[in-house]
Amino acid sequence: MIVELARGLWTTFRALFFEKKVTVQYPEEKRPVSARFRGRHVLNRYENGLEKCIGCSLCAAACPADAIFVESAENSDEKRFSPGERYASTYEINMLRCIYCGFCEDACPTEAITLGDNYELSFYDRRDAIYNKDMLIVPVPQGGQLPPLVTEPGTFTRSVPAMKDPVD
Amino acid sequence: MAKLINLHINGTPVTVSEGTLVVDAAKKVGIDIPVFCYHPKMEPVGMCRQCLVEIGRPMIDRASGQPVLNEDGTPKLQFGPKLETSCTTPVAEGMAVLTETAKAQAGQKEIIELLLTSHPLDCPVCDKGGECPLQNLTMEHGVSESRFTFAEKHHGEKHVPLGDLILLDRERCIQCARCIRFQDKIAGEPVLSFYQRGRNTDIVSYSDPGFDSVFSGNTSDICPVGALTTVEFRFGARAWELKQAASICSQCPVGCNVTFNVRREASTGGGYVIKRAMPRQNEQVNEIWMCDKGRFAGYQYTESASRLKLDPAELDSTLRLAAAKLAVAQAETVILAGGRLANEDFFTLKQLAAALGAKTYLYSNMGGGEQTTTYGLSAGSNLGHLGKGDTVLVVAADLYNEAPLWHLRLKAAAERGATVIVAAARATKLDEFSQFVIRYAYGDEVETVKTLADKEKIGDAIKNSKNLVIFYGSDGLGLAGTAALAETCANLFASVAVDGRTATPNNGLVGVWSTPNRQGALEMGFAPCTNLAAEIAGKTVYVVAADPAGDDPALAEALKTAKTVIAQDILETTTTRLAEFTLPAAAYTEREGTYTNAERRVQRFYPAVPAHPGTKPDFALTAALAKGCGLELEGRSPLLVMNKLALSESAFRGISYASLSEMVEQWPIIGRGDLYYGGTSYENKLGLGQVLESKLSSGLAQSQPTIHAGLRMREDELLAVPVTKLYDNGITLTPAKLLQAHIQRFNGLILNPATALKLGLENGAQATVSLNGVTYPAKVLVDASISTGVVLIPRSMGIPLLEPTAVTILAQEA
Ligand code: SF4
Ligand code: SF4
Ligand code: SF4
Ligand code: SF4
Ligand code: FES
Repeated sequence: MIVELARGLWTTFRALFFEKKVTVQYPEEKRPVSARFRGRHVLNRYENGLEKCIGCSLCAAACPADAIFVESAENSDEKRFSPGERYASTYEINMLRCIYCGFCEDACPTEAITLGDNYELSFYDRRDAIYNKDMLIVPVPQGGQLPPLVTEPGTFTRSVPAMKDPVD
Repeated sequence: MAKLINLHINGTPVTVSEGTLVVDAAKKVGIDIPVFCYHPKMEPVGMCRQCLVEIGRPMIDRASGQPVLNEDGTPKLQFGPKLETSCTTPVAEGMAVLTETAKAQAGQKEIIELLLTSHPLDCPVCDKGGECPLQNLTMEHGVSESRFTFAEKHHGEKHVPLGDLILLDRERCIQCARCIRFQDKIAGEPVLSFYQRGRNTDIVSYSDPGFDSVFSGNTSDICPVGALTTVEFRFGARAWELKQAASICSQCPVGCNVTFNVRREASTGGGYVIKRAMPRQNEQVNEIWMCDKGRFAGYQYTESASRLKLDPAELDSTLRLAAAKLAVAQAETVILAGGRLANEDFFTLKQLAAALGAKTYLYSNMGGGEQTTTYGLSAGSNLGHLGKGDTVLVVAADLYNEAPLWHLRLKAAAERGATVIVAAARATKLDEFSQFVIRYAYGDEVETVKTLADKEKIGDAIKNSKNLVIFYGSDGLGLAGTAALAETCANLFASVAVDGRTATPNNGLVGVWSTPNRQGALEMGFAPCTNLAAEIAGKTVYVVAADPAGDDPALAEALKTAKTVIAQDILETTTTRLAEFTLPAAAYTEREGTYTNAERRVQRFYPAVPAHPGTKPDFALTAALAKGCGLELEGRSPLLVMNKLALSESAFRGISYASLSEMVEQWPIIGRGDLYYGGTSYENKLGLGQVLESKLSSGLAQSQPTIHAGLRMREDELLAVPVTKLYDNGITLTPAKLLQAHIQRFNGLILNPATALKLGLENGAQATVSLNGVTYPAKVLVDASISTGVVLIPRSMGIPLLEPTAVTILAQEA
């Protein structure tokens, strides 16, 4: 019996002193996620600060969990949020509904929405799970400006960046 | 009956009447041929070439004139070397049409490929996206790769206001000319046209103000791309996010079938809101059209900040206290009901009045109910069937302003060969499309109608007509004047109608009311009161859906002398402000019910959004009051109210919610997946309504009208007459933000230039008008088409002119 006990404890001691530890001290310490990880979404901006999102609701249409809600409004050169005529005046994602499938990313014509690597989503209240535009959008990049922008007429006429001819 | 033609489309045998176009024949058997420029309501033009198909015709032997036969005895077909446009080709006997062969498909593909060379990649931000014919046809017939370089794309202006209601995106336009043709041919207001040529072709509006038409919204429905969008719905929602609710427009007596598109919005905390009003097909009422007033002002007021509301406890106590007053007053009660109420509301009021022994009055500026309920249109009537041999007489009504869809339908009737006779004191838009125009001086309405039958050509047209429809209105007339006019018209109608014809379809007298359901009230025996002020003094008055105090200072005074005023309405009005009890009603968009249009068609409307908090439907409020008086009335289900109504009111016999929801297949087939064919008007799935039974079928004796003389103008006087403008300052219109400029356009005193000159006034000048001792400021608008010696004062613009009255106008010192 003693022998069995010693053999069993040996396994414990071996793991304790001779093997590489796998436990991570989360949340102080975090494991890197894979490049294709799908975590909490972000809404992106162009370098000048304009929002990439044009309020087209295609992400909402693609979403299998009906987690996205978009309302849109019209841009003008005096008050521009995004290129083109249309921007999202309301943008909400319910993180409790989202299944992190990434369909919204695929649907987006301007690469405005991308799934980031933040997986730390926990809430005390279901309402807190609804992320609005201010919570989702990335900060204005260096050299950019916070919309609404006043822009030169005729400079931002396209909602979707102009296509180039295919080169092969 | 037209000759029938047999042909084969993709091998399917088809039999259609002669003259049918191949594209329509295919549609009838469920074969969709893609189209862009063709629209089933308009003549084909063959502009877009999208509808290319292969057509084979039986070969005829030149020598014998006999068909050449194949070996098996079937006629030999000869196919043309080129594809043909199926929208311009009428069917012919023995024809074989192939729409799905490789050749036909290649033709259709190429057209789309060419169209897309000039089309932006806008679908994500385009209001048409999701219900776009070009999108759908590209998915179905388009090529997946473009052979054209992006650098060669055509770029155009993207935000061009054609008017203040419709925006044009020049890049998206595919030059199908549907909008231009609609304005030219259907609306009769040719305000759009092409400008430039080739790839630079643009749509322009050359009217001032831009896109000056009251049917402009329809162009955005039939535009096969997102080139024409309404300012109202601009970026409002994506098509697939919208839910549909069937309803009836409540802005005029036509009763256009509409669909409200609703969705949840953040602005209401996730509650449903109406995003747009779209026409719903009813070929017997509005076809697939609606006017801009219905589209841009039809529901907007229901979201107005001046909605009345009470929290439940307060509402309960108000109802209890008000009911106690009614219970005490009993026969000393006067009930005054306005024409926006549903049939169910009127019936509930009628039952309450009967129990109390109270008097009920219809609040109306027009008389003639007895005549329209007797000689009104009967089942089977459809203005769309009027044509050669039929006569339509329009007296003292400016249909374009008062009931725009009738204007459109009568214009079409005239084009089909009907004789349209317009008798009016001033020029109206219908004049242009009518065969005879009679001008009389204001005050001569009755005289004019009396002598019509004696006139040579006009008399013949009336007497020898196959069918006769008479519209009478209130242009320049008050209650007494319209009542007299109605009697005269009824007399004329009865005198020329041969026995038995009066109850046949498309024969009758139609009152051009100003509210959606006055006819329903009249059919239930409600009638206007000629001496309202005296009637209500000292009584307990229950005013429902009417604003007498706002319309007439004399009535406001009278209401102040009433014992108690209980006012029930949707919005706050002058009357609700001076009432002791205010009862908040739910709007028609928030409840179920029925309206009877002036053609006597009962139609159902359904709730689009939940009732505004703190409101209840009118019949429920009335039933609650009745309960307080010890009378049990149905206050929950409008269906049950209708069932009882149908049993107790002879006019409504046989009508039930089920019968009103019956559908028969309509032509053209629109509003299904094939949006390219008929546009984005909605298919009617919830019923065409039912026309009330005619009283004449039971052999009612003809009444003997008593004629009153109208008020004529005198040499030294200026006669003010009330007229109706489409856009006025009424409470249901003022909340429509988009229409403010349209309202202001005709808000003033309309004078002949000569009259204005005599008064020392010019166009746009500020003046004052004294009426019954009160002076009102107003702007002067000159119009050469009206006669001298009169001043037209539009109703609901702030000057309470109810009857023709002599007035003085003075220039206002600056
Ligand atoms: S990741 Fe998938 S489920 Fe989540 S919002 Fe996007 S589309 Fe919806
Ligand atoms: S995130 Fe992309 S898909 Fe979603 S509304 Fe914005 S632009 Fe459209
Ligand atoms: S018109 Fe149709 S095809 Fe063109 S951008 Fe709009 S949705 Fe797309
Ligand atoms: S605006 Fe629309 S309806 Fe008019 S021509 Fe262009 S595509 Fe056709
Ligand atoms: S040419 Fe036939 S639909 Fe345009």
